[in-house]
Amino acid sequence: MTTATKIVGAALTAALLAGTSVMASAETLRWARAGDSLTLDPHAQNEGPTHALAHQIYEPLISPDMAAQQIPALATEWYVKDGDPNVWVFELREGVKFHDGADFTAEDVVFSINRAKMPDSDMKELLVSITEVRAVDDYTVEMVTDGPNPILPNNLTNTFMMDKGWAEANDVTKPQDFEGGEETYAVRNANGTGPFRLVSREPDTRTVLERNEDYWGMDDFPMEVSEIIYTPIQNAATRVAALLSGEVDFIQDVPVQDLERVGDSEGLIVNKTAQNRTIFFGLNVGSDDLENDTVEGENPFANKQVRKAMNMAINREAIQQVVMRGQSAPTGVIIPPFVNGWTEELDQYPEADVEAAKAMMDEAGYGDGFTVTLHCPNDRYINDEAICQAVVGMMGQIGIDVNLVAQTKANHFPLISNRETDFYMLGWGVPTFDSEYVFNFLVHSTTDERGSWNGAQYSNPELDAKIQSLASETDLEKRNQTIAEIWEVVQDETIYLPVHNQVLNWGMTENIVFPVQPEDQPHFKFMQFN
Amino acid sequence: MLAFIIRRVLQSVVVLLIVGLVAFSLFRFVGDPIDNLLGQERTIEDIERLRGELGLDQPFPVQYFNFLQGISQGNFGVSYRQGRPVADILVERLPATLELAAISALFAMILGVTLGVYTAIRRDGWLSNAIMTASLIGVSLPTFLIGILLIYVFAVELGWLPSFGRGETVQIGWWSTGLLTASGLKAIILPAITLGLYQMTLIMRLVRSEMLEVLRSDYVKFARARGLPQRSVYFRHALKNTLVPVITITGLQLGSIIAFAIITETVFQWPGVGLLFINSIQFVDIPVMASYLMLISVMFVVINLIVDLLYFAIDPRLSASRGGGH
Repeated sequence: MTTATKIVGAALTAALLAGTSVMASAETLRWARAGDSLTLDPHAQNEGPTHALAHQIYEPLISPDMAAQQIPALATEWYVKDGDPNVWVFELREGVKFHDGADFTAEDVVFSINRAKMPDSDMKELLVSITEVRAVDDYTVEMVTDGPNPILPNNLTNTFMMDKGWAEANDVTKPQDFEGGEETYAVRNANGTGPFRLVSREPDTRTVLERNEDYWGMDDFPMEVSEIIYTPIQNAATRVAALLSGEVDFIQDVPVQDLERVGDSEGLIVNKTAQNRTIFFGLNVGSDDLENDTVEGENPFANKQVRKAMNMAINREAIQQVVMRGQSAPTGVIIPPFVNGWTEELDQYPEADVEAAKAMMDEAGYGDGFTVTLHCPNDRYINDEAICQAVVGMMGQIGIDVNLVAQTKANHFPLISNRETDFYMLGWGVPTFDSEYVFNFLVHSTTDERGSWNGAQYSNPELDAKIQSLASETDLEKRNQTIAEIWEVVQDETIYLPVHNQVLNWGMTENIVFPVQPEDQPHFKFMQFN
Repeated sequence: MLAFIIRRVLQSVVVLLIVGLVAFSLFRFVGDPIDNLLGQERTIEDIERLRGELGLDQPFPVQYFNFLQGISQGNFGVSYRQGRPVADILVERLPATLELAAISALFAMILGVTLGVYTAIRRDGWLSNAIMTASLIGVSLPTFLIGILLIYVFAVELGWLPSFGRGETVQIGWWSTGLLTASGLKAIILPAITLGLYQMTLIMRLVRSEMLEVLRSDYVKFARARGLPQRSVYFRHALKNTLVPVITITGLQLGSIIAFAIITETVFQWPGVGLLFINSIQFVDIPVMASYLMLISVMFVVINLIVDLLYFAIDPRLSASRGGGH
């Protein structure tokens, strides 16, 4: 059947080349990745696979493209209002229709943003600065923020637009909540403006999408995929087997140990890119004493010398070569290269030097070392447990005896949330592509709004003030200067010990032309076939 | 008889309550669902609010009591992961698991009995020895490895059978079946063999040793002395007498086939309740985990009850000895 489709596709392409009119080909894409989307409700979950599927069906105002750069989607232009720095103006694309035929207008934007701000929405944190959304006319929307917010557009790239009429007719004006006890209509049905429309959905089994022939961007994007069959395949070996046997055409999450196998197979290729996720270790620098160590009455991690020594003891290149089989980019900072604020200088990491690190430990008064517990997930990041095992050995070389506790992510992350770990692994992506996001969650002292992932319990009021100023600084040059200053402190303090940026691998048949998207988010409207 | 059934049903209820209690006391060690539910951008405030909403701040006996209260009103709760009523999800997933279990049980029974009889009759034949040696593989290799080996040979190298999924299904009322389409039938072969291989070798070895014993017994000798044809001796007289223990074992194994399906379903991405359970553990989807464990215990309890009742029907001595009290 596939061969047949491909032949038809090839024939059509040939016909297209011969002719002059641009006509879409018929290509079925069978797509597999480890996890399924959790829900089709576009505001209920802020999670990778969920957004990836939603992006095929729904659209945000501003969309990321395959290089994770912002491109106009349902908004064609956006700018800060003249004379009022607290207002962002969005000009909407005209003539866009939802899959059910309804027109897309400003009132749908007002409705969708308000829906995404409701308590049961998972997207509300990104929209917290918005105090009012108003429709100026049918195709202009203004968003009022609680102060100037220069990076508001960055926060809108995963906030999808729903049809107000459809939501009202189906009683889904609120995101799904778990207390209600009912399945809402939007969990398994969808009505977006996106390039593909939903044909059928069986959660965890099979989701079928077909090309939206009335899509506004039919001429702006390749739009060569006519049908998508999406199957989550959890077991890594089975997922690779399905690609090798030709049952699927495209897989995400290729296991590191199978990359060579897939790449060497006839008719298959592996594409790679640096992922928007940095892996690092957090140290409890804030407590007076540590729960999980052998030093009584004081916190060795509060000593900057100890942290620097640990940072120096990590042999990042060895981890890259041995544990990751080359599939990582060692780094000295906890943000990936494409995030605003990243510099090559920050990315430099200290050469692993056991002798120098030992000397620093001596200087700090911990020449005899100490024992501490390291907490790691074993099912969240690529080779997470193996990285931790390697680090245990490296810490041992400078006298720090590490007990490793590697466990499932559902047990690991609560330790960080509840501040119950003193030494832990964490991976962090930056969906807004701006350093402020990292500072808000990881560096700012823990308050109700900020610092929820600051497991290091680091607190620096001066830095907090600088971080807060970023939210409303409209002079971008000045803002970038502040970001650089904050990084300088963070790097000097060595609160976190960066390890590497993950590398993303997508495996596909060789007739597919599709670069890897740094956020692991395929946008199939860009996919092309040879 | 009626008193016996009532007593067994009451005992079963106690068993179920204990299973639930143990399950709920263990859920604390599975992890905290809050982080999975809220994602990366959550504040401390969100965590507290959701924990309160879901009742996760309560001690586990209270959570357990609330769960029981829900069940008594026919409400199994809402899945944290999918946001849908657990009962709906289970009903949707159960046919896949039951079909897989039935086909593997059938495979195990038919092939197990046939090979068992054959190896007993041709005790020293080279083929029998080969089968017996090969059966060691079925007993000793872990299920997931067998599954991956089968995928490698039949899906990747030969390309005959699909490596994952259930193929196309047909909906008959609420029951979705894959047994009516060609792709569905092809898809069930590898998982059914993977799941049934252990049971098959077990049945084969059981039948073989029973047969060997029966073949030595007096009535077989007499039957042979009477000049009955070999086939009649083997199949009418000998085999029949070996089947009683085989049926008992198979009945009891059916429960474990359904429970063991977890691993097979994960390897083959088979959309049954086992895969659902694995996903639920990773997500700490407490309502689904609790309901699944209850469902499996109900199944075991019912199977045991039926087996006990069958004993009554088959063996008159049992009813006499149990008549006077337990």
